[in-house]
Amino acid sequence: MKIAVLMKDVPDLVEDLEVEDGALPLDEMSFVPSEWDDQALEEALLIKEEDGADVTAVAVDTGDVDTMLYTALAKGVDRAVKIVGDFSRSLTNRQRAQLLARYCQNERFDLILTGVQAIDDLDGQIAGLVAGLMGIGHASVVRDVHVAQDRVRFVQEYSGGKMAEFDLACPALLGIQAARKPPRYVTIAKVRQVQKSAEIDEVEDSVGETPVVTVRRLYKPESGGHAEMWGDDVETVANHIVAILEEKKLLRG
Amino acid sequence: MGHILVVAELENGRVSDPSRELITKARELGEQVNRPVAVAGFGPAAADALQNLDADDAYVVKDDLLAEYHPELAEAALLNILQNPTDLVLVPNTTMGMDLGASVAARRNWSMVAYCTDLAIDGETVVARSQVYGGKLAAEVEVPLTGAVVTVIPGSWPSDGRRGSPTMHEVSAPSALNMTRRRVIEADAGNDVDITRADILVSVGRGIQDPDNLELAEELAAALGGMVSCSRPVVDAGWLPRSRQVGKSGKTVKPKVYLALGISGAPEHLQGMKDADLIIAVNSDANAPIFDVAHYGATADMLELMPILTEKLQGRAG
Ligand SMILES: Cc1cc2nc3c(=O)[nH]c(=O)nc-3n(C[C@H](O)[C@H](O)[C@H](O)COP(=O)(O)OP(=O)(O)OC[C@H]3O[C@@H](n4cnc5c(N)ncnc54)[C@H](O)[C@@H]3O)c2cc1C
Repeated sequence: MKIAVLMKDVPDLVEDLEVEDGALPLDEMSFVPSEWDDQALEEALLIKEEDGADVTAVAVDTGDVDTMLYTALAKGVDRAVKIVGDFSRSLTNRQRAQLLARYCQNERFDLILTGVQAIDDLDGQIAGLVAGLMGIGHASVVRDVHVAQDRVRFVQEYSGGKMAEFDLACPALLGIQAARKPPRYVTIAKVRQVQKSAEIDEVEDSVGETPVVTVRRLYKPESGGHAEMWGDDVETVANHIVAILEEKKLLRG
Repeated sequence: MGHILVVAELENGRVSDPSRELITKARELGEQVNRPVAVAGFGPAAADALQNLDADDAYVVKDDLLAEYHPELAEAALLNILQNPTDLVLVPNTTMGMDLGASVAARRNWSMVAYCTDLAIDGETVVARSQVYGGKLAAEVEVPLTGAVVTVIPGSWPSDGRRGSPTMHEVSAPSALNMTRRRVIEADAGNDVDITRADILVSVGRGIQDPDNLELAEELAAALGGMVSCSRPVVDAGWLPRSRQVGKSGKTVKPKVYLALGISGAPEHLQGMKDADLIIAVNSDANAPIFDVAHYGATADMLELMPILTEKLQGRAG
């Protein structure tokens, strides 16, 4: 079974998102792998360990994706591929999906896994976009993926804890919600070591026409309300909580 | 002029609330840009469920296999329905929306806008507001009325409950499946506690950092006479059972007090708790979106706060 894991990095939410002129200064921000892509990577590695599979991690080179790909190699993928070209950080998901779909089509993967969503997919989730462009069977909000010959079996989460188990012929694409186990950890030392011995394959491409949506502006939402803040001193905060529970007659004793 | 089409979901034979919200909005937009409203529904109950909705046309695909959501069949059915002139498709951002929204947009070479929380007309243009970056930012996006899919976060606006009598159309279901549903797994009633019954929830998120710290939350919940609930990552890490999860793919709770500790307030989490009577959020990040729905908040360290609060409560009781 030939498996691809489509990965992208996204702005690190731990940092403050400062909007400038209605947009994010993407070139100045720090990026981290999208957490759901990490889950997809882990699920692919578990499938490989369970049934044997050839796993390729794929990313579009919109900045520094090398660390993400070397980390995937250190975790155990067989190959890492970077789609290179004239791409900036502001590449839309639609353009990204076009590049990924073209690459996947050429490579004839049996199974393509990627995250169910990312924090920045305003113009559509990569999973659905790539599957739609390739015209292959797909499902999202998926977990518990197992393979047998040329089929995959998986669980799709409906809502409120209800789920269904499906069986799908390959080629197939699944948007992963969570891996069976928390994503494995590799040390920076291990990643550095891999960086010296392994290589990232490069595939050249360029973006063509895609439907666009015009983003008028990004902004911090002016919320309907905001919490009344009690500061950061734990003693004071604890006293406030006790007082308000007392006032609402919610304390026992 | 093409339709504004709402893809409706059924719950126990009834059109779901998120779908009704979309029908209200479709009508409101349709009146302004002069477009008829259509609604699509799947499964044997669809014809009955759709016949009184406030739409001009209703397309139903009656296949028994669509009694529960089936990604491949639903997509094929929707593509069939889209052979009728359609300018805009609205889908709830549920599993169905996440599945069909982007793929149908890609297949039709249409635009797509995800995580929408508002839709309005500005002149001739439909403008969507969307939540991005875990709810930390909003985006204002122009939606072309020449074929676009918008997936909408449930609960973004109320439904007006208006009724109507759409012209009913039966659309045949596609066959020859690559995908088969083997079984439906009902939500686990389980033998764990039922967090929907708690008056007070001590809800922990990724800020708990280590499963060993859960004891602090359990002690606090015991001192409050409440229960411990959590966000999804805590469940995915295997630290608490799924029955404790609050949110879109977990439980919807409405306790008297919801203490959100180390929870950022992603839209999927808010969906399950935003109607709690009193929300108190503790998060070290002053910009965490949870503070937008909380009544009271503190930028304290939850790990320091929990034992101190427990002690104060115990001291009080004793
Ligand atoms: C289809 C789908 C369904 C989903 N369903 C759900 C669902 O049902 N429920 C759900 O919760 N999520 C759900 N999610 C996931 C959701 O998108 C978020 O990823 C999740 O809610 C984030 O959980 P969190 O707030 O605990 O973690 P994070 O977003 O990582 O936030 C952790 C927070 O803790 C704070 N923090 C860290 N350390 C401390 C400290 N010492 N003291 C105080 N604060 C601290 C940080 O500032 C941060 O704000 C779903 C996602 C998808 C795609």
